[in-house]
Amino acid sequence: MTVDAADVEAIVLTLKLAALSSLILLLLATPLAWWLAQGRSRGRAAVSALVTLPLVLPPTVLGFYLLVLLGPDGPVGQLTRHMGWGLLSFSFTGLLIGSVLASLPFAVQPIQHAFESLGRRPMEVAATLRARPLDAFFSVALPQARAGLLTAVILSFAHTIGEFGMVLMVGGNIPGETRVVSTQIYGHVEALELGRAHTLAAGMVLLSFGVLLMLARMRRGRGGRVAP
Amino acid sequence: MVFRWMATLGLLAGLIATPAVRADVVKVAVASNFAAPIQRIAADFEQATGHKLLISLGSTGKFHAQIRNGAPFDVLLAADQETPRKLEAEGLAVPGSRFTYATGRLVLWSRDAGRVDAEGRVLQGGGFERLAIADPRLAPYGAAAAAVIDKLGLKDTLAPRLVQGDSIGQAHQFVASGHAELGFVALAQVLVDGRLTGGSAWRVPEALHAPLHQDAVLLRPGADRPAARALLDHLRSVRLESFGYAR
Repeated sequence: MTVDAADVEAIVLTLKLAALSSLILLLLATPLAWWLAQGRSRGRAAVSALVTLPLVLPPTVLGFYLLVLLGPDGPVGQLTRHMGWGLLSFSFTGLLIGSVLASLPFAVQPIQHAFESLGRRPMEVAATLRARPLDAFFSVALPQARAGLLTAVILSFAHTIGEFGMVLMVGGNIPGETRVVSTQIYGHVEALELGRAHTLAAGMVLLSFGVLLMLARMRRGRGGRVAP
Repeated sequence: MVFRWMATLGLLAGLIATPAVRADVVKVAVASNFAAPIQRIAADFEQATGHKLLISLGSTGKFHAQIRNGAPFDVLLAADQETPRKLEAEGLAVPGSRFTYATGRLVLWSRDAGRVDAEGRVLQGGGFERLAIADPRLAPYGAAAAAVIDKLGLKDTLAPRLVQGDSIGQAHQFVASGHAELGFVALAQVLVDGRLTGGSAWRVPEALHAPLHQDAVLLRPGADRPAARALLDHLRSVRLESFGYAR
């Protein structure tokens, strides 16, 4: 069981990617989940299906379309080049975009469930007390949905750490930039460095188990109301 | 009456005899750099013998790991000599079946015409963001590319721009799709009928890296399969110059 500098670099990068992804997802998924839970617009079913897509698609599909979109011939690639940012593939930013997309359902669904179980009543009560909708959202809905938000952050963090197929396709295996723990393990196994693979893999098992244990405890404490 | 019986017997004998010459399926693990030639070779071989090839493409290092873990390949066409030699030493290949089927060439390639000059000076200067190579741990062409970079004294300047593919096939894809402006790939990947498919290339002098001799070997699962031996025999007789290989 050995961990060298390259492994540590991969671990640090993975944690950074997961932390940033879940932070971005929290900001992105909360309004989206609110709209899905409370809104009355027609497009809701379609948007809901779209948000859930990464859950059922093979990660290679996501990786493939990211390569196409971010590449020099793709619309996003042409835009980023035009802006002077170069290509986003093989970069941390590219990986971050992929991670946010891949983990989107893991963030939206728990928050949406929390908002849905809240019902309309608290917001209506707040309105009769003359709270503006935005104020009611921040001082009534959000605190009530706290457990859902926490679940969303934990799940998207854990899922980003576990992402592999998408990273393999758009990553390019660059140390400190795109080489995360999952691809590092893959590389170790391919190179028959099983001891190094084992150290990292065992760490992943422990971490994932800890996360799920934490979620299960939270759920029990809330009488099964916090649904991922 | 007797004649009829004889005819029936003859028919039966024919039916029983058929399996002896029945078409077989050969599972071949092929180093990614040989992807184009193996397609052509497979078509010729299947037509000539009636056997069928099941081709898996990947890096030589990956195949080594897979074969050690029981992958049921009959034949390995490696990108080096080391891996077949090791497999033989490990008792996973048939002793004495090893031979060099091709010697490859490394090229620095870009899909842009005129980007790569005939001496490879583009590496010294700027003007590019990404340089794709195959993982040197897994792919002999990646190891050769790393050796070239080292020999040119460009290790430190190029390190931040290196993009590693899983195999030389992925490295080629990175350059062909334009995600990387430059890449070290196998000559065979950018050559069709002896001519460059497009873009610009520098044929890396062979003095800059260890020669890319590629060995084929008969693996244990293929030991008793005439079709697997037939494939190796066929491989010995194929001309590979137009694909970008020397013998």
